[in-house]
Amino acid sequence: MSTEHSKESIQEHIRVYIMVFGALAVLTVITVLASFLNVSTSEAIFLALIIASVKASLVAGYFMHLISEKSIIISILLLTVFFFFVMIFLPLISYTDHANI
Amino acid sequence: MEVPYIVKEREDTGLINSKLGIWIFLASEIMLFGGLFSAYIFLRLAAPPGDFDYWASKLSVPMATVNTMILISSSVSMVMAWASLKLNDFSKYKMYMGITLLCSAIFLVIKYFEYTGKFHHGIYPSSSTFMAIYFTLTGLHGLHILGGIAVMLYFYLPISHGLWREQPEHFSNRVEALGLYWHFVDLVWIFLFPVLYLL
Repeated sequence: MSTEHSKESIQEHIRVYIMVFGALAVLTVITVLASFLNVSTSEAIFLALIIASVKASLVAGYFMHLISEKSIIISILLLTVFFFFVMIFLPLISYTDHANI
Repeated sequence: MEVPYIVKEREDTGLINSKLGIWIFLASEIMLFGGLFSAYIFLRLAAPPGDFDYWASKLSVPMATVNTMILISSSVSMVMAWASLKLNDFSKYKMYMGITLLCSAIFLVIKYFEYTGKFHHGIYPSSSTFMAIYFTLTGLHGLHILGGIAVMLYFYLPISHGLWREQPEHFSNRVEALGLYWHFVDLVWIFLFPVLYLL
């Protein structure tokens, strides 16, 4: 986000922050309610992670201003996300290998 | 000696140094928590069927839900504190930063009651694999909350008014960097909550 902000743009930001806060509160309630649904473990995991990802995107996009951030920061984060998924999935490959799946 | 590019953006990056620095730090944090999330998945896959579900049922969902709401509220008040500085309203900044501090303190108090409740029932990190990764993840997250509180206090105490008066743009940039860190701490909890308490 640029360091130059007009008062009007900040007021507009504040309106967005309040809307995002409302959305996050509603999604938190939905997360808890969804855990009571009679679904399989894999469906529950999928649902919970989808809701958490939406919430995380709202926080990163609007509170952390990633939606209007400079490309160098987006590049750093994309690289990090790539290695994050490598780190998550490498042990899984090892697990499936040992389990002869 | 003055630190360069803390108010004026660098021409090559288009960013102030502090913002680039905090984002690189947060990238390392993603890998730190990512490693532990990876460990959680691995341990869960290797655990006997139903073991993680059994131990997760010992956790308090209502307490964690309240804590989630509190942390989300603290994230909003943090971003409102920064916005108040951009509107040159220092008294509102103090109010919002005070709310953020209060929310983070309440979060830790609830966490304290959660932990002592477990200890009271003889549940420790050594009790099970689930409890080991639960205490590791939430403990590390709690340490991040403590670190955030320390920096927030610095920007809340009377010294902050002097910093703001001398270099308002620099001060608001510092608060923005603190805010980025704080939102990241909130973001980690957004994933910890369903993974540990609800699945």
